[in-house]
Amino acid sequence: MTQYVVLSAILFTIGCIGVLTRRNAIVVFMCIELMLNACNLALVAFAKQHGNLDGQIAAFFVMVVAAAEVVIGLAIIMTIFRTRRSASVDDASLLKY
Amino acid sequence: MTFWILAPIMVAAALGILFVRKAVHAALLLAVVMMGLAVLYAVLEAPFLFAVQIIVYTGAILMLFLFVLMLVGVDASDSVVETIKGQRALATILGLILGLVLVTGLSQVTLGTAVGLEEANTGGNIEQLANILFSRYVFAFEATSALLITAAVGAMVLAHRERLTPKATQASMAAQRMRDYAESGKHLGPLAAPGVYARHNAVDTPALLPDGTPSESSVSRVLAARGVVRSAPALADDIDEVQRQLGHDPATQDVPVEEDPR
Repeated sequence: MTQYVVLSAILFTIGCIGVLTRRNAIVVFMCIELMLNACNLALVAFAKQHGNLDGQIAAFFVMVVAAAEVVIGLAIIMTIFRTRRSASVDDASLLKY
Repeated sequence: MTFWILAPIMVAAALGILFVRKAVHAALLLAVVMMGLAVLYAVLEAPFLFAVQIIVYTGAILMLFLFVLMLVGVDASDSVVETIKGQRALATILGLILGLVLVTGLSQVTLGTAVGLEEANTGGNIEQLANILFSRYVFAFEATSALLITAAVGAMVLAHRERLTPKATQASMAAQRMRDYAESGKHLGPLAAPGVYARHNAVDTPALLPDGTPSESSVSRVLAARGVVRSAPALADDIDEVQRQLGHDPATQDVPVEEDPR
């Protein structure tokens, strides 16, 4: 069972690095999805480890929340793209000043 | 066994997301990771999550990503300009440290033998999940329904655009076309069709004007931007070759071959 959790940690780390290094907002979003998926894998693995279905329920809720999050996040990215013709996270920096 | 086949593929695909330039490729690599995860769920005795992962994640969420990529523009690639100096290198190093700590920490943990879900899954995985979902987690379930409604309404509000100018009708568009013709002499009729020749009638072949020059308006602007439009000299060579095969000498024919501006 340890190998599943290790794989989940590796995927989470890759998603984390992606969020920090990529500049395209959509790719950043995909990396967030990757992190959520990695957590789901750990939850399902622990569900089997403990013989308890609560982990699978938690993974299910994570999926629902991720779906809602993607809908809103992509709508925000679309709105920003419409006004500034760019999907780069660096261009939306007006609040800084 | 399934794990050891899938894990390297998934890690490679996930690493690919970090390095590919185009967002579409990242989306496809993410699909690989998600399908791999779905199979792992099946291995981990979670058949319901296996189906949900494929239907919701790969089917719905990734398709949404692809739709937005198409709206935003497929070539919206990453900029390599760093706004914070050294941020990329620092992020990579810190991320690697995080991964190292997590992996070494987790690999030192002994979890013991897995209990397995045979007992918990008696009567079927989906039935047991439903039992828990609609008893202990029923309020969380209701809250998610409110969340989904809010998300749907929020997406509609964000995507809504107020129409500021009246919609152009067919009559007004025709009047505009006439005005353009009167003011700038812009051609009234439809654009010229692409060239139709004995050897080439594809849309990437420009039509030739009466003076032998290729007509730029006869090929799609998208093809011109991609640079796949067949040039007129190549076309003229084809015509020459046909004439040579027919027994004519192309030099005696008056076929003006102009240098293609593209």
